[in-house]
Amino acid sequence: MSDVKLVAVFAENKPGQVAHFTRILARANINIRWVAVASTGPFGVMKFLVSDPAPAYSALKNEGYVAKLVDALAVEVPDKPGGLHAVADLLAQNDINLDNASGFIANNRAIMVLEVPDAAKARDILAKVGIRSLKQEELPVFDRA
Amino acid sequence: MYLDPQCETLDRDTLERLQLHRLQATVRRVAAHVQFYRQKFADLNVQPEDIRSLADVRRLPFTTSADLRANYPTGLLAVPYDATLRLHTSSGTTGKPKALFFSRHDVDNAAELCARSFVMTGITRKDVFQNMMTYGMFTGALVTHYGAEKIGCLVIPSGPGNSERQLMLMQDFRTTFIHLTPSYGLYLSTFLEKHGIDPRRDLALRKAFVGAEPYTEETRRKIEEGLGVDVYNSYGLSEMNGPGVAFECVHKHGMHLWEDHFLIEIIHPQTDEPVPDGESGELVLTTLCREAMPLLRYRTRDITCLIPGPCACGRTHRRLDRITGRSDDMLIVRGVNIYPQQIERVLMAQPGVGRNYVITLAGYDELTVKVELSEAGFDGQVENLVKFQGQLADKLRAEILIKPQVQFLPPGSLPVSEGKARRVIDERTM
Repeated sequence: MSDVKLVAVFAENKPGQVAHFTRILARANINIRWVAVASTGPFGVMKFLVSDPAPAYSALKNEGYVAKLVDALAVEVPDKPGGLHAVADLLAQNDINLDNASGFIANNRAIMVLEVPDAAKARDILAKVGIRSLKQEELPVFDRA
Repeated sequence: MYLDPQCETLDRDTLERLQLHRLQATVRRVAAHVQFYRQKFADLNVQPEDIRSLADVRRLPFTTSADLRANYPTGLLAVPYDATLRLHTSSGTTGKPKALFFSRHDVDNAAELCARSFVMTGITRKDVFQNMMTYGMFTGALVTHYGAEKIGCLVIPSGPGNSERQLMLMQDFRTTFIHLTPSYGLYLSTFLEKHGIDPRRDLALRKAFVGAEPYTEETRRKIEEGLGVDVYNSYGLSEMNGPGVAFECVHKHGMHLWEDHFLIEIIHPQTDEPVPDGESGELVLTTLCREAMPLLRYRTRDITCLIPGPCACGRTHRRLDRITGRSDDMLIVRGVNIYPQQIERVLMAQPGVGRNYVITLAGYDELTVKVELSEAGFDGQVENLVKFQGQLADKLRAEILIKPQVQFLPPGSLPVSEGKARRVIDERTM
C-alpha cells in the first residue's frame, strides 16, 4: 500500500487544457497541493496531488475523462544542502528506480513527490533511516494557518 | 422457420432454371421498353434470344451508378409512369440522386423478401418491431416496415435518433426487435448504460437487424452485449429494393441472398472478369422479378465473396460473406489500397481504446487514425501511452501495410453519429 495517491488524467496537448481540469477540480471544491504536466506530441498526462483523491478522481471521471489513481510517496526531506541527495542515494543503493520525482516547499518544509515501481518497499527503506513518508491525510499540515 | 419453405429450399437445378426463365423475361422486357438498354444491346451486338444459359449473362451490359444518374429521373422505367406506385431515391455525394421506382408488384416483392428474412430468424406475428432506420426517401425504413407488417407484427415507425423517446417506446410497447445502423447501435448501447438501463432486465428486446453500413464481428459483439440482443447482419441497397436482398439465418454464417429475385455475379472490380468461387470481388446483381425498373448487372461496388457449401438451415440460396469494403470507400495511400473496415477491425479487437474512430488523410499521404482512449488503456503514465500508441500503430501496419500515426483523444471528443457515420476525412493536398 502506498502512502499517497496521485490523480492522473489523460489530456490533449492544447491551450486551455490545464485550466479546463483545474476548473473541474475547483468546482468540486478540491484543493490542489501539487501538479505536474508531462506531454508528448498531441497528448499528455496531468498529475495532481490533493488531500482527498477519491472525489477528485470521480469529478474528472464524471466529466467523461480518463483518469487513474497512481501510487506515489510524499517524502519530507530536510530543507538543507544534501537533503534530496540522501533520499536519492538510499534508493540507488537499494536498486530502486525513480520513475518520476519533483519537489516543492511549503511552510519551510521540503516535500519530494516520488514515483517508484514499489512504493511500499521504498517507504520502508526510507523509514529505516528516519526519512518519513507522509500519509494523504497529513497533507493539510502544509496549509498556512 | 420459413415464410415460403418451397421457394427457400428449391434444389439448385430448379432454382437455376427459374433464374434463367426470369432473366430471359427481364431481358426481353428491357429490350422492348427501355431505350438505354436497347442502345447498349445494339452497341454490344446482343439480342434477347442470345441469352440461352445463365452464363450468357456475361454478354449483357453492366449498369452503373453513373447510368442511373444519367437517366434521371425516368429514363430507366420499363412501365408507363402512371403504373408506378412508389419513388425512393439513393443519395449521392454530388449532383442528382438516383431515382428508383416501384410498381405495386415491386412493393409487394420487396416486403415479401424482408418478411422472409425476418421469419428466417424466428420472428412471428407476435413480435413488436421498432424501426430505427430513417424514414423518407431512403429505402431502409419503409421496405422493412412493409415486411414486418406482412408478417403481422406491430410496427412502431420511430425512425432514428432521439434516444430518450426510443427508450420510452421500447419500454411502454415491449418492443422485441429493432432495425438500425451499427453506429446508432453502438450509440444506443452507451445511452442505455449511461441511463442505468439493463436491457435484459428492463426491456423485452430479443433481436436487432443491423445494416446500411458495413461493420465488423467485434461491432456485432459489442451491440449484442450492450443491447442484450441477437444481432443479425443484413444486406441491401436502394438500387435492389433496399433491405431484404440478403439476410442471415439463425446460424449467422453469411447472408442468404434471395436468388429467385436476384442473379449474383462476383467480379474483379478492375478487370470485370469473374473471380474463382469463394474469392473476394465486387458483387454484381441483376434483378429477376422487378417490374417498374429492372436493372441488368448492377455494379454494387461492394466487395464480398460467396460462402461455398450448403447451410445447416436447409436454404439453398447462397450466402454472402460480410461486406469487407466498398470499392468507392477504398482509400489509396502511398499506393496501397486500404478499406476503412480493415482499420475498424483492428481497433475493435484492441482493449484500451473506444468504439469511435476517425481516419484523416492530410498533406502528402499522411494517414492518422484518431481513436478515443478508454480507462483500460491508461495507467497514469505518459511513457506507457507512447508505448501503447506505437503498439497500436504496428498492429495497424500489419493489417493495412502502411504505418499510420495513432492519435489518442479523450472519450467523447469524436463526433457521435446517430445515422451513417463519417469515418474518413480526406484533406490531402494532391
